[in-house]
Parts: sequence; structure tokens; C-alpha cells
Amino acid sequence: MAYADHDPRSNYVAMVQRKRLYGGITLSIFVLLLASGFMLADERNAGGFWSGLHRIFDFPIDVWQDTAPKLDQLPGHLVTYFPSLIETINIAATSTLLGAVAAMFLSLLSTRGLARWPHLIPVIRRTMDIMRAIPEIVIALVLIFVLGGGPVPAMIAIAFHTVGALGKLFSEVNENTDLKPVEGLSSVGATWFQKMWFGIVPQVAPNWFSYALLRFEINIRASAILGFVGAGGIGYELKNAMSWGQGKYDEAAAIFILLFGTIVFFDQLSSHFRNGLTHKGGH
Amino acid sequence: MSDAVLSPNQSNAGYDAAERLFVKKRLISFALPAAILAYFVYVFFAFDLMGLAGRARWDNGATLLSDTWSYKVHVTRDNRSDETSVAIEGERKGAYPQGEAPDWVTLGDSTTFIDLGAGHEVTFLPDNAISVTIPDFGVIDARVDGRTIVSNLPEETPDWISASRTRLQINTEEGRISLTRNRTEVFNYFPGWELFFFTLDSPYYGQSLFDILFGERIDPERHNIAGAWHDFWHNAMWSHMQVAWALFETILMAFLGTFGAAIVSLPLAFLAAKNFAPLQAIRFGLRRVFDLFRGIDGLIWTIILARAFGPGPLTGALAILLTDTGSFGKMFSEALENVDDKQIEGVGSTGARTVHRYRFGVLPQVTPVLLSQVLYYFESNTRSATVIGAITGGGIGLLLTQAMITQKDWEEVTYYIILVVLMVMLMDSVSGWIRRKLIKGE
Repeated sequence: MAYADHDPRSNYVAMVQRKRLYGGITLSIFVLLLASGFMLADERNAGGFWSGLHRIFDFPIDVWQDTAPKLDQLPGHLVTYFPSLIETINIAATSTLLGAVAAMFLSLLSTRGLARWPHLIPVIRRTMDIMRAIPEIVIALVLIFVLGGGPVPAMIAIAFHTVGALGKLFSEVNENTDLKPVEGLSSVGATWFQKMWFGIVPQVAPNWFSYALLRFEINIRASAILGFVGAGGIGYELKNAMSWGQGKYDEAAAIFILLFGTIVFFDQLSSHFRNGLTHKGGH
Repeated sequence: MSDAVLSPNQSNAGYDAAERLFVKKRLISFALPAAILAYFVYVFFAFDLMGLAGRARWDNGATLLSDTWSYKVHVTRDNRSDETSVAIEGERKGAYPQGEAPDWVTLGDSTTFIDLGAGHEVTFLPDNAISVTIPDFGVIDARVDGRTIVSNLPEETPDWISASRTRLQINTEEGRISLTRNRTEVFNYFPGWELFFFTLDSPYYGQSLFDILFGERIDPERHNIAGAWHDFWHNAMWSHMQVAWALFETILMAFLGTFGAAIVSLPLAFLAAKNFAPLQAIRFGLRRVFDLFRGIDGLIWTIILARAFGPGPLTGALAILLTDTGSFGKMFSEALENVDDKQIEGVGSTGARTVHRYRFGVLPQVTPVLLSQVLYYFESNTRSATVIGAITGGGIGLLLTQAMITQKDWEEVTYYIILVVLMVMLMDSVSGWIRRKLIKGE
């Protein structure tokens, strides 16, 4: 018997050991990469990690020391900067809405079985890949140069990226739809738009909405950070408040509170809604 | 059977309910788009889109677009010392050696003749005078007379010429000419990215690739390939080495931030998962810590950390690490709460200790989910690292913002943008490849 030479047990043990060895090698290479990466980053940083570690609370303490004596002015600052917070949220909301609408169409046009023009599927997919790959800051900076500072460059930049990001997620949702409603609608002579609107959208709307909500939360962060490079909103005010320098961080403190509160609020809101929509798990 | 037959009253109630439902649905289907439209109208005014059209600098856009695919060569005469120099992009790094010039410039003892092409000719004459020949228009003679500029131009000039007492500027399709008291300057535009490979002081400038690879030794001191690589890598105009380092730094920030966060948050996620948490108080506390770390956001972390560690890639990496610890902690603990208990019990029934139960009962179940989330974040953090780099002073983001702030080298900006997009797409496909390989099995 050919099998007689093979001891199943030793074969199994050898296999397990080999697997462990590979796993161990991969893991140690990974740890090595991570450790050397941190060392390299430390070396190229202006200040070292260990020499700076004890100063990690310097900034929060400075901010607190500037704010504590002027605590009575804090509500005033909160009111002052509230409009720019609204602007940041507006940037995020508008770009999410615009991006989601465009992503709706592009995702339907790039899903096999649903596409109006099946030949264009690869073209649309590549377009969305490129839209997703361009970081917001690139478009924002170029548009700031042409259009001047303000919310519009940030809005366009974030919307552009959102189309690509949501388009991909939406088309993954579309792939799992039931095509029977579409067939039913075809049999009564519905147009492509009617088929999509009455046959597909009701099936995918909860998932789309859930992804759009998650994107909205991400976009709030993005619009705050783009403000810091000149695109309006609370980020821009933060940059200005920071430039007053030490001793005048009380305005920055108000902005930190607003920003933190907003992010936490929308984070909780979106995870609450998404848990309700997708029943199980927030991922 | 009596309940199957509805009494007139009941059937009316059913119709009414259905009717109400339809009315409600119809209302929603009109109200929602109407609300969105109303919001857009509000934003239209809040963002001042009407005023934007007035504020927009379309000429900036035009400069940007033309600069992305072309470069200009400056021919400059210093009107005080009477020295004429030729430099690509007007930069010292791109200057031709004294007394040398491209073939469309003829340097004379006291006059310089410039052929801009299509009959457009400029001559620098002695005594700070110039003569510009433009087909279909004529010859413009101008010179610096004391403090003012005098020319033979009529009072009414076409809009491509702007003449004042202190400055004469002529914009033609072939190039631009400007004359002030201090200097006479001619800009000639050419397509392409000049000096991308070698600067003028390199012996390999203007040599073909074939000659460098297979031809005779160009610089007697060095091997052709080694020398060419050295000159390319240390190109002062495009600084390829710094750019490569910056790209690497950006990826490094994303790598350290993402995977560092994953390693930190995995054990914490066990403590924060309902089914593994030793104490509900710890679970609650950790969840709030995750919320806090996520809520502070990369922007604020960057500012806080930059104060302690100074600008650089480590600060960026740590900012990503802290924000993502919050995100991963939440996602991981949710994934751990969804694990199947049967496998843990199975491992436990063999008498395995706690560590082994986790290692063989839990981790194999969650690894694919967690890893795919981490890899998604890695890809998206490559983009975030570009932005954080712009703030904290590291990586390609910094180069990009710096090049944009100087507002002159748009071809470099284009170069960086192309590199950033390629980098993100590369990370996208690498993370996709690893995901497929690790999760769906080889």
C-alpha cells in the first residue's frame, strides 16, 4: 500500500509546524518592519519621541491655563465660533448629498445586470477609482488658488472624493439585489429610470443611507481639516486662533470644544442609526 | 368564516388606513426632495456662490493649466549692470552658464537678438532700449529714459499691451515681454517639463537614453549609468530624492499609524467586548476612551503632538495611531461581540487555557474581518497622511502645499499630484491584493 509509508500523524504535525513557521516568519518580519519604521520616523522627526514624551501634555495644559482665568468668556467664544462650525457641517452635508446623488447614478450604471449601457461599466468603474484616489487636499488647494479661500473649494473637493468612495460601496450593495422587481417592471414597459427607481432603490436604500451616513461623519472630519489649509469653516478659525500664540489659546479651546462635541455627536448619531438600519453590527 | 367577510364599516376602515399610508408616502416622496432642494438653496446663499463668481481668479486657473504642461525660459537683462542672462523658469538652478544661450537667443556684445518664433522678434539694444517686432502690428521701440519708460506706442493700445510710465508689458502668443526701469525680460514658452532628468550643469543634459546606456563614457570620471543616476537623483530643480523620501514618509506614516493602532486596540477590544469584558465598568470606561480618541480627531491630535515631538513623520504617525485606536477599538469590540461561542467551547473542552481559547477559538474567527478593516483603513490613511503631512510638516503633503504656496512651479505641483494619485492607487491595489490573499485563501 502506498499509504502505509505515510504516517498521517507525523504529516499533520509537519504541516502544522510548517504553517507555524511561516506564520512566525511573517509576524516577525512585520514586527521588525513596524519597529524599524518607528525608529526611522523618530529619526526624521524634528523632536525625538523619548525626549518629547514628557511634554505631551504641554499643549493641553497651556490651553487650560489660558482658558481657566477667562472661563467666563468661554460661552461667548462658543457663540462666536458657532457660525463657522455650521459652515463646516454645511460643507460636509452638501458634499455628502451631492456625492451620494452622483454615486447613486454611477453605481447603478456600473453594476452588471443593471447598467443602462453595459459597455461603459469598465469606464465608469475606472473613473470612480480615480475619483477615490485623489486626496481631498489636492483638489481643495488647486481650487483655493483659483476660486479663493472659502467653503466652496472644500465642498467640491470632498464631494469629488465622496462620489468615488460611495460609488464603490453602493455598487457592492447593488450587486446583491433581487432582480425580480426589475423583470416585473420591464414586463410592463418601464423605462430604465423607472426600473431603477421602483425596482432597485427600495431594496438598497437602507444600506445606501447607512453608508452615506458613515461618509457624512468622515466628511465632517475632512472639512474641518481642510479648513486648516485655508478652505473655510471651523478649521480655518482654529488655524487663526492657533496663530495668536501662547497666552491666547482660550479661543482655540472654544473651537476644540465645538469640534470635539460635533464629531462625537455625529459619530454617535450615525452609529445609532446604522445599527437600526442594518440590524446587526456597525461594520 | 364570518371574519373573512368584512362588514362595510371595517372595509372602509381598511381603505382609509391604506389611503392614509399612501398620502403619507406621497408626502414623504415630495417632502424629502423638497427639503433637500430647500437646503441647497440655503447653502447657495450661505456659501455666497453669487459672490464667488466675482472673486474667482480665472487667470490663475489659466496660468495653472498652461504651466502644468509647459515651461518658460527667461531672458533677462539687468538694466543697471547691463548683464544678460538666460535661465529656465528664471531660477538660478536652471540658468545657462554665462555667455551661453539656447539657439533662439543670439548674445552679442551690446545687443541681444531673441527669436520668439512666428515672426515675433525682440532685440535688446544698448542704453536700455528694446525693439519688438510683431507681425500684423509693427515694430515697438521702447527705452528707459531716466526714471520713465518711453515708447513709440500710441495712446490707445490693444489690450495685450499695457504701457505705463514705469512699466511696459506685451503679451503675445509666442511669449511675454516686460520692460521696467530695473530689468528687461522676455519669457518664451515651450511644452514639456524641462530639466526633469538632468539640470544644465550635468554632462548628461541633452544626451539620449541610448547614448547614456550604451554610448561612450560621457563624463570621464564616472560610469555613464551611475553618473546619470546620481545626476538624476540629485537634480536640483526637481529634487527627485526628496520627493521619493516624501512619498516614502507618507506611506510610513500611514503604515505605522494603522498597524500600530491595530496592535494597540486588539487587546483593548477584548476588554471592551460584552462577552469578554472582565468587568462591565472597564468595558464602559474603555468605550468612552475609544469615543474620546475618535472624537479628538487627527487634526487636534496633530496639533497636540506637534507641540511635544515637533513636526515630522513620527507626529503624523502617532496622530493617525491615536485616532484609529478609537475607531479600531470600537469596530474590533463589535466584531468580537459577534463571534460564535461554539468554537470557543470546543477549544475549551480540550482543556485549553484562556490564552489558548482566545488564540484558537476567537482569533481565527475574527482575523479575516479585522484584517480587512485594517487594510481598508491603511489605504484610506495613505490619503489622510497626505493631509496630515501638510499640517505637521512631513511627506508629500508638505511638498505639495509648499509648491502651491509659492504659486510658481505648477509643473512641480502637477508632478506631485500625479505621484500622490499613483501612490494611493498603488496602496489600494496592494491592500486589495493582501486582502484577497489572506482572507479568501491563496
